[in-house]
Amino acid sequence: MARRETPEINAGSMADIAFLLLIFFLVTTTMDVTSGISRKLPEKPPKDAPPPPKIKERNIFEVNINRSNKLLVENKEMHVSELKEATIKFIDNGGALENNGKDEFCSYCEGDRNPDSSDNPKKAIISLQNDRGTSYKTYIAVQNELVMAYSILRDRYAMKKFGKHFDDLNNDNQKVVKEAYPQIISEAEPTKS
Amino acid sequence: MSKFAKKKKGLPAISTASLPDIVFMLLFFFMVTTVMRETDALIDVRVPTATEVKKLERKNLVSYIYVGKPKMKFRAKYGSADKIQLNDKFASISDIQSFILAERASKNEEEIPYMTTSIKADEDASMGIISDIKIELRDINALKINYATHKGKDTRMNF
Repeated sequence: MARRETPEINAGSMADIAFLLLIFFLVTTTMDVTSGISRKLPEKPPKDAPPPPKIKERNIFEVNINRSNKLLVENKEMHVSELKEATIKFIDNGGALENNGKDEFCSYCEGDRNPDSSDNPKKAIISLQNDRGTSYKTYIAVQNELVMAYSILRDRYAMKKFGKHFDDLNNDNQKVVKEAYPQIISEAEPTKS
Repeated sequence: MSKFAKKKKGLPAISTASLPDIVFMLLFFFMVTTVMRETDALIDVRVPTATEVKKLERKNLVSYIYVGKPKMKFRAKYGSADKIQLNDKFASISDIQSFILAERASKNEEEIPYMTTSIKADEDASMGIISDIKIELRDINALKINYATHKGKDTRMNF
């Protein structure tokens, strides 16, 4: 007796099965990219830490947000839309005089060089304080403005020094730019209301 | 003669033999890119928009803390005040440290310095609860944080 050939398996429904699986994965897939504003928290100070060094009043840029989401910047009421300009003006002030030495003088600053504002960007500190009742939305908006102020300054410096946008620089050059405009944002404990 | 005449009639059927291959290719693409949702959201979170956002890389090293008001169906039980969600359940501020420790325990030791905590908070949440979370995170030395935001247009005019 001749051996019977095995009949060919019908593969016509393969496509249907694959489609079914495909649709399942299409439905369950989530392609959300996690994005956001990154921050680094300060380390917890040790108990026997020495008291923090005194910082000159002119090097601190105070931003307060109260519980009704209003801003008080350097003791003046301000709208969120004005914050970026004010921050840039403060960081880029470069108030230290040329004869104070190389470390103090800011050669790349384009600010007003007002002696009552920050000495140079490396010393300029932004102090942010909010209330426990402040809404998260306002807080993020303020953070966003502050970060934007720094990125504008960094981009400008990168263009001037390397002729490229900050994002297009390699890591070493980015470091140079970051050193020129370090992001110093200090957050105080929130006020209770 | 009729043999030849027959062949000319009608369009030839398009071969669908390669259809499964195409579909399988798509299938593999989705299988590889798919990320199954790990947690069920118990909280309504509408994250705020910002312009200066950065993408988070190495998603497996990110732990999420959700903050916001409970969803409608949970409000009867949990109230409508701002709540924290860790993994699949509501938690209190004091649970955050153990949550971070558990997250750390599940990672390799050399990866721990790169771990980030993403705070996914609703835009109407109050800063009080966020500050409490920040203090907890600072105390346990989880210093890299990320405020989850959408990349959006200028939102300054909303205030």
